[in-house]
This record gives sequence, structure tokens and C-alpha cells, in this order.
Amino acid sequence: MEANKEITRENYKAYVFEKMPKSSHWKNMLWAFVVGGTICTIGQAFIYLYSLWFNLQDASVLASATLVFIAAMLTGFGVYDVIGRFAGAGSTIPITGFSNAVVSPALEFRAEGYVYGVGAKMFLVAGPVIVNGVTISVIVALLTLLFGG
Amino acid sequence: MEYYKKRTLVFANSFVTEGYTVAGPKENDGRYKGFFDFALEDDMFAQNTFERAERKMFEHAIEGAIAKANLNERDIDALIAGDLLNQIVSASFAAKKCHTGFLGIYNACATFAESLLVGSAMLNNGLENVLCAAGSHFSTAERQYRYPLELGVLRSPVTQWTATGVGATVLSNRSDRRVPRVTRGTIGRVIDYGVMDVNNMGAAMAPSACDTLVTFFKDTQTQPSDYDVIYTGDLGKLGSDILMDLTAQEGYDVSEQLHDCGASLYWDEQQTYQGGSGAACSALVFNAVLLGRLRRGEYKKILLAGTGALMSPTTAFQGDSIPAITHLVEVTA
Repeated sequence: MEANKEITRENYKAYVFEKMPKSSHWKNMLWAFVVGGTICTIGQAFIYLYSLWFNLQDASVLASATLVFIAAMLTGFGVYDVIGRFAGAGSTIPITGFSNAVVSPALEFRAEGYVYGVGAKMFLVAGPVIVNGVTISVIVALLTLLFGG
Repeated sequence: MEYYKKRTLVFANSFVTEGYTVAGPKENDGRYKGFFDFALEDDMFAQNTFERAERKMFEHAIEGAIAKANLNERDIDALIAGDLLNQIVSASFAAKKCHTGFLGIYNACATFAESLLVGSAMLNNGLENVLCAAGSHFSTAERQYRYPLELGVLRSPVTQWTATGVGATVLSNRSDRRVPRVTRGTIGRVIDYGVMDVNNMGAAMAPSACDTLVTFFKDTQTQPSDYDVIYTGDLGKLGSDILMDLTAQEGYDVSEQLHDCGASLYWDEQQTYQGGSGAACSALVFNAVLLGRLRRGEYKKILLAGTGALMSPTTAFQGDSIPAITHLVEVTA
């Protein structure tokens, strides 16, 4: 917006957009890459570790479960939100982010009891992900059935 | 009561007898460390939920203000208080312990300025002492308006940090000592410039702050330079910048006088981005900082403009923009 132009109700949103500090996309992407990559590398290390005793499929499942457990612990100790504050999608997208999304409301709403608190609010954040995930998988499955995969 | 042609009121006998503040640990680590009457070491305040902690802060502030003013609970004719939680439960539940009449009010973060306006108007109608209080708690507000505390999310650079604390002020219709007085005030109106981003409340509230300030200057024929400082509630850094642009457009340059309670509450290292927000900001800064400076004569005349964003999570999810309100009081030493 050029200088000295009058700010009106109509152009206010554009004026605010120009004025507001922007997130640094490159910095955010770098952090997301580093943290997300680290989480995945740790996961891979667990797969190799479990492969010593189990076949690859079982080892992968066990590695995921281990990551979920670690993320839940870190959420409880109040560490995961600190990581998420700068890692963004790097800590949200891996399976650990899902663990954090379920454990944090469970902790938060413990005060309202196990039924109306933990039970009702546990999937507050993760719920939409599950619903949309299931819906999309059904659609994809139907398309595959119709057109042959 | 004299009344200007628009929304500005004149108060003849509203003396600011005493102010009392309870602040959270992060607030007491901030720029006003040591200014508060009582600082929490832990924001649970020895309660088992954050909501109960907020309630206890209110109870403590109410008792503290009455005791500090050397009054008895029976001397208080009305308690005027509000907070940010649904059904203003913190103020209402705290009022259970107090046997005076209670007026629960809500104008989001403008609640404190609103309580001073209502209280001053009631003193003009024969009440002797009223207690005005407002406050907020980071953890209860965060859960109601945003995400669970432990959820790892990237915060936008325009976000603010809800301040934890309660400020209470005793207003009286006479005073033996020389104390600051609430001399004039402007009732805000609800202004909506169509801002949709609930993170960017400073931008949503700035047009309403401009409206109230300009109305006050026009009604009273004053200029920003007549005041030592003009404190807005919680516009944050961005909101304050916008307000300066908006008032300049109306012919009033406030850049010399303008400060923001929320933006000045924390140090930059405390990572609150735009600064503090919440009903506690103006209640804490007014009672802990500004009142003292007025009493010591460092300030002769100030304006306090409480700014409030009036949305709820429901209206935001339903795609409505954010309406805002600003109430203003003039306090003279």
C-alpha cells in the first residue's frame, strides 16, 4: 500500500497485512526439516534395533509404538510443546505429533474428571484428523474398487 | 452528572483510594518486577485446578484492596468485577466470599476500564466506596480460547500472551488525603473492521481504540499533549503502531504519549511476541505502576484506554469477524 493513502474500513485488512511481522518461512522450514528429520532418524534407528529380534514389519510397528511412548512422556514432562514452538510441522507431522495431540488435551481436561474431561476431550485435537483420514481412505478405497488398482 | 454531547462523562467525586495487585510468576519476572503487592511463586496458587487458582487470585485481591485501604468489608457498597472465563465465573465465585452487592461485568480485556467507569458513575449517585476488579489467567484463557497447554504448536509472530493476575481498585466518594481522581471517561462503542485472525487481536482492537480516543479528545476539547501518558490496555506492539497511524489520520498525534500496558508488561526475552493481553494487563499496570506515579506527582494527568476483543471461539469458528471495544478513563493526580 502506498504511503499517505487513507486507511478505511474497506482497505483495513490489506493495510494490516502489510504492517504485520511475517513468519520467517525459511527459518521455520529449516527447523521443521532438522527436527522432523531427527525424529525420523531416531525411528529408523529403532527399526534397526528391533530388527535384531523381529522381522521388518514387526520392528516397524514396535518403532512407531516406541516413538509414540517417548512423545507422550515428553508431553507429560512439558518438553514437547517447547520443541513444537520452533519446530512447527517438523514435530506435528510425524507420529509423535499425533501422540502429543492426544496426550495434551487428556492432561489439560483431567480436571473435569475421567468421563467428561479425559474421555470427552481426549480427541479434541486429533479427532478431526482421524475423521478426515478415515473418510479419505474410504473414498480412495472406493475409487480403487471402481477403477481397479 | 455532566454529560457531553456524545459518550463522555464527567465525574466530580471519584477518588482512587487504593489499588492492589496479585501477579503471576511470569509477570513478576517482567518489566514491573517488585511493583506488585503479591506475586505468585506458582500459577496454581496451591489449588488443584487453574480455574480455582484464578478464583483465589480474585478473592485475595478483593481482600487485599479492602485491607490496604484501611476499610472493612462492610464499608464497600458494591463490587464491580469481571474476568475472561465463560459466565465470568472467577469474579462471581470470588464474590461469594464477599458480602457486598456484586455487579458482574464483561467487556473482555476492557473490563477493568469499564469497571472504573461504572464505579465512578455509581459514586456520583450516592454510593461511598466501590471496589473495581478485573483479571485473567494464562492457563485458563489458553484452554478456553486456544489449545491445550502442552500441545506443540508454532505461534504466529502477531500473537500475544495472556497475562496472569488480578488488579483491584477502591474508589471512594471522598478522601481525607490527596489522592488521584477519575475525572472523566468515555464509554466505548463496538467497532468491527472485519479482522478475522484471532491471533491478531491488536489489529482488531486498534480501530476501536482510535474511535474512543478521538471521541474523547473532540468531546473534551483536549489534545494528546495535555496528558503525560496515554496507556492502552493490550493492543500489543503491532496494535499500538496501527493506532498511531489511525489517530494521525484523524489529526491527533499520540506517538509521544502512547504506551501499552500489555506490550510493556514483559521483557522481549520472555518471548511473548506482541506482549501481554488479557483483562489483567490494564488492571495490573494501572494499580501497580500508574497509581504510584500519579501519587508521587510524576504524572499529573493520564488516560487509560482499556481495549477488548469481543469474540468467542464459537463466533470465530463460525466465520465471524472480531468486534472490539475501548473504554477510556482520565485520571488526574
